[in-house]
Amino acid sequence: MAEIQNYTMNFGPQHPAAHGVLRLVLEMDGEVIQKADPHVGLLHRGTEKLAESKPYNQSIGYMDRLDYVSMMCNEHGYVLALEKLLGIRPPVRAQYIRVMFDEITRILNHLMWLGAHGLDIGAMTMFLYCFREREDLMDCYEAVSGTRMHATYYRPGGVFRDLPETMPKYQASKWRSQKEVDRLNDIRSGSLLDFIDAFCEKFPGCVDEYETLLTDNRIWKQRTVNIAVVSPERALNLGFTGPMLRGSGIEWDLRKKQVYETYDQVDFDIPVGVNGDCYDRYLVRVEEMRQSNRIIKQCVDWLRQNPGPVMVDDHKIVAPSRIEMKDDMESLIHHFKLFTEGYCVPEGEGYAAIEHPKGEFGVYVVSDGANKPYRVKIRAPGFSHLAAMSEMVEGHMLADVVAVIGTQDIVFGEIDR
Amino acid sequence: MTIPLETFAARIDTRFGEQVTRIASICDELTYEVSKDEVLQLALALRDESEFAVDQLIDVCGVDYLTYGEDEWKTNSATDSGYSRGVERKPVILDESDTFDARRFAVVYHLLSLANNVRLRLRVYTGESNPPVVPSLVPVWNSANWFEREAFDMFGVLFEGHPDLRRIMTDYGFIGHPFRKDFPLSGNVEVIYDADKGRVAYQPVSIEERTLVPRVIRDDNRYSTDLKDVAGDG
Repeated sequence: MAEIQNYTMNFGPQHPAAHGVLRLVLEMDGEVIQKADPHVGLLHRGTEKLAESKPYNQSIGYMDRLDYVSMMCNEHGYVLALEKLLGIRPPVRAQYIRVMFDEITRILNHLMWLGAHGLDIGAMTMFLYCFREREDLMDCYEAVSGTRMHATYYRPGGVFRDLPETMPKYQASKWRSQKEVDRLNDIRSGSLLDFIDAFCEKFPGCVDEYETLLTDNRIWKQRTVNIAVVSPERALNLGFTGPMLRGSGIEWDLRKKQVYETYDQVDFDIPVGVNGDCYDRYLVRVEEMRQSNRIIKQCVDWLRQNPGPVMVDDHKIVAPSRIEMKDDMESLIHHFKLFTEGYCVPEGEGYAAIEHPKGEFGVYVVSDGANKPYRVKIRAPGFSHLAAMSEMVEGHMLADVVAVIGTQDIVFGEIDR
Repeated sequence: MTIPLETFAARIDTRFGEQVTRIASICDELTYEVSKDEVLQLALALRDESEFAVDQLIDVCGVDYLTYGEDEWKTNSATDSGYSRGVERKPVILDESDTFDARRFAVVYHLLSLANNVRLRLRVYTGESNPPVVPSLVPVWNSANWFEREAFDMFGVLFEGHPDLRRIMTDYGFIGHPFRKDFPLSGNVEVIYDADKGRVAYQPVSIEERTLVPRVIRDDNRYSTDLKDVAGDG
């Protein structure tokens, strides 16, 4: 009788379910996985090395390109680390704007995750539904920074500019009739805050729609319940953070436990899973979207009532306005120094972490007192999650690999850096 | 339960005493320097003893201190010849000596105790050996696995006792350790399609590195040393 041996199978790097460029070498016994060996680094750009060769502010844009579905949260981690070293705190209004955009980003990220995760394991409709709402949030990004993805909106000392009074509007074209455009522009007629407010009113209904499609769906449950169960002890030991840790039942959220910005001023709950399987992590993330919506609503109310500065008034770090610069010699000098040389950060080291949609996103900066960082280390949440891939898929079927990649919310921009 | 940083620091000082050296911080963080022979035993104690309960290893990263505190462009006084942006680049010489400066490479561990809600940083210098070696912490916290692989790939630090120390980020067959300070930003080789050989091949890089903004260190009295907190007098 012929002897049956294990064989290895190559998954990716160009597989639609690999969420980018993941190469997995799977050791199979029939259709059961014995071991998975992820090969990463195909998107390695050396962000940390590049940051060493540039003045501090010029690396903010690189942060957007790490986890390219939650752009502003990455900036937040970097900016927070710099502020810690510089010993400055942004004005309260800027902090609220950051909280609001962090939560908008969280919804953006979770919508992308839900759509892609659904698509991976057979729920085509989810993708279309999620991208419908993502479009509105992308418009918020566009309104505030001019770009839909790579915003570079957070700066050490605050945010680049205050929230705009108008929203970008659609224009009629041969693909879009005037009537259609009028309908789309209807909620874009007011300020950005009006637009976000309208979104907050509508969004819980949208989440209900997603849940109608998935939460009690038999196929969805068959694909996710009891898949890739991680015990709380293992989750801690493997360095899990964010929804991956909370899905295993550990109540840990930096927004509550190690408060940054104004998260102590807003009211929200931390959802926690019970079984630590893919289904629980799905439930946690869906509930997080609802909680984010609550936070955004509270921020909108606060921001409406409290106008004020959005940048610190320290021209050693923040450039003066154009008007000041044209008018005042000192401002001109500050402007010149900032744009030719940048600012020097005091010698020392600091680590700042935020609750990124995917987990703990931390930035460790070592400064030797120069205008460029000596060393930047980005702690990407997805990195330790993917490292646990082998343990999570062991003993599952080949098709479950896709469910596990989905549940880990993998984005290669941040893993490879 | 959240405990104050200084309480936690006091616990570490009483328990480990001479084994650890506290490093002053400019932003209220807890940093200790640990010798590489003791780090494994220390990590085990930190994880298992309930007064510390350090459950998570958040990050491991390498640091190369080769050019620490060196700037590229000194303009302390006016010159009569004007100035240029020309930063003179020293030719890169791969260090093939048997030993390094003992404080050149460091491995930095970021730890987190969920129970005490405290963050902690350990810094371990790798010593003089070439290649640098430190013990692996994978047996203590499994999350160290990929982080150590990355530090090995980027800095060439070997982790003794690591179950699977392979390169992780760089290409298959890559030579060198890109995050070392003596590795050029533009790299050493580039990939081309060689029509003669009919395959993809490597050649030395053709791009020239430019410095748009020189690295400068300014004396800034806002950050003078007497404003920094001193370890232990909190």
